[in-house]
Amino acid sequence: MNEGAGDPGLYDYSPYIGRPKVVWPGGKTVAVWVAPNLEYYEIDPPANPKRKAWARPHPDVVGYSHRDHSNRVSHWRLAEVMSKHGFPGSVSLSVALCQHHPEVVADGIARGWEFFSHGIYNTRYAYEMDEAQERAIIEDSIRTVREATGQTIRGWLAPALTHTPRTLDLIAEYGLDYTCDLYHDDQMQEVKVAKGRLASIPYSLEVNDHYGFFVYNMSGREYADTLVRQFERLAQEGEASGTVMCIPLHAYLIGQPHRIGPFEEALRHIANDGRAWLARAGEIVDAWRAQQ
Amino acid sequence: MSLDPAYLEYPKRRHGYDHELYPWSALHQRPPVTWPQGSVAVWLCVSLEWFPITPSDTPFRAPGHMQTAYPDFRHYTARDYGNRLGVWRMLEALAKAGVRASFATNAAVAERYPELVAAVQAGGHEIIAHSTDMNGTIDSSLGEAEERSLIVDAVARLTAATGTKPQGWLSIARSQSFRTLDLLKDAGLSYCCDWVNDELPYRFTNGLTALPLNHELSDRQIVSVQQQSADSWAQSLEDAFDWLAREAAQSGGARMLPIHVTPYIMGLPYRIGAFERLLERLSARSEAWFAPGGDIVQSWQAQQS
Repeated sequence: MNEGAGDPGLYDYSPYIGRPKVVWPGGKTVAVWVAPNLEYYEIDPPANPKRKAWARPHPDVVGYSHRDHSNRVSHWRLAEVMSKHGFPGSVSLSVALCQHHPEVVADGIARGWEFFSHGIYNTRYAYEMDEAQERAIIEDSIRTVREATGQTIRGWLAPALTHTPRTLDLIAEYGLDYTCDLYHDDQMQEVKVAKGRLASIPYSLEVNDHYGFFVYNMSGREYADTLVRQFERLAQEGEASGTVMCIPLHAYLIGQPHRIGPFEEALRHIANDGRAWLARAGEIVDAWRAQQ
Repeated sequence: MSLDPAYLEYPKRRHGYDHELYPWSALHQRPPVTWPQGSVAVWLCVSLEWFPITPSDTPFRAPGHMQTAYPDFRHYTARDYGNRLGVWRMLEALAKAGVRASFATNAAVAERYPELVAAVQAGGHEIIAHSTDMNGTIDSSLGEAEERSLIVDAVARLTAATGTKPQGWLSIARSQSFRTLDLLKDAGLSYCCDWVNDELPYRFTNGLTALPLNHELSDRQIVSVQQQSADSWAQSLEDAFDWLAREAAQSGGARMLPIHVTPYIMGLPYRIGAFERLLERLSARSEAWFAPGGDIVQSWQAQQS
């Protein structure tokens, strides 16, 4: 990136008209990918100078135990619903989950899910890391996921969305194919990096369940309706050139008993529509890359 | 620019948790639980709170506490409305639906409003401890001696005012220090409702039972924080019940639906109808077992080896 400049120089401006047509397999108009965040938050992490891990003094009982609900209860509930309707997961993984709760990671492997890195813990932030430290967490991520899953990570969602000016260059240098950290488009885009190449895959904060429930304060039913509207529009626009819809999730939110039922109906709607290509992130990157 | 090297060290990166407060386990891998009747235990928990008009910020100010400069008549009275009117509407609704609940009660409420304690007890409900009053908050900045005496005082005063020693404890805002679970055990309590990581009881390492009181389903979260209507809250609860009943039928293991309500929130004239209709609808369901927390804990404990 152009460090210090007003425009970080991540990409060229590209208006949403007259773009080359992207085509998805089977003539589908929208690639839909579901991104469960499988995370581990530490109860008493060390302090980062730029960001507090918890709103309250440690232990933040509600903050910590709410997130722990994912691993004990709601991951399993959400994963069943996804599998039932044919949605594979592309997992944004706190890689230390491979040590803490390998059972959860193994469940994702058994379901054919793809894993990419979301840092070591979601309570360890990249802010103020030097280059060697940032390389260390990338190398740790590659090694840890390979040992736990046999997969080589292809993507990155920065831990708790914390970046440094060199993050995108570094992950491209390590051979990662995609970043989930840029929210400027509803289609696959090229990212400018120092060496190699890097794709931006639409992730979406706006239909992230966290935004749905804690920024926009939606009910479970309203959030499910939001997903259907998002899908309908992107499926329609994708006739001109293939779009990407991500459903970024946290099991401790969407997997609560009052939300999972309406969410299942949204998945059923999308799966039955016929215009959706239900894919993993890496498959979407590959299909797009082959058309460049 | 560089972070302290310790920031990239992970001494507790290991199987299970980065603490020893309770052991790791996933709900669906445990032996199935059954209830005396039905497949979904519906646990209603009503918070009875008295907010002194002289708020304390040590260690923190409770949610719902005074907000204006002293004297904050607005919030003092609007909160006390729950004890004077809202909870009486709720007691009637519970009686009409024929269900028993837990009442998480500040010791000060029990001391100040004996008529209310008598009505709660006459309804067959359970009273559990909920600190001294709404200045009685806990977090790690509280010294051990102060925290211990707060808990002991709350339990002793509640016991004296109700004639019964409480079995359960709910902290204000579910906020604890690292010591709280041990102090609750020392105070003779047997279960704690603060940790929201599960949907069935489980055991803390020190032997105390966790009875998770889901905060996401509370009227405070859905109505006060997320600003949904009472009807939307009731709809969410019914959606939750439907899901849990289906999950129980499919898995063969019983489930639990915690419903945490606050009289000054759900007991208002324009909201209480949604609460009454929810109770009517759920109490008519064959899968529902309405029970106070203590009954649920007892039933669960009897099934543990």
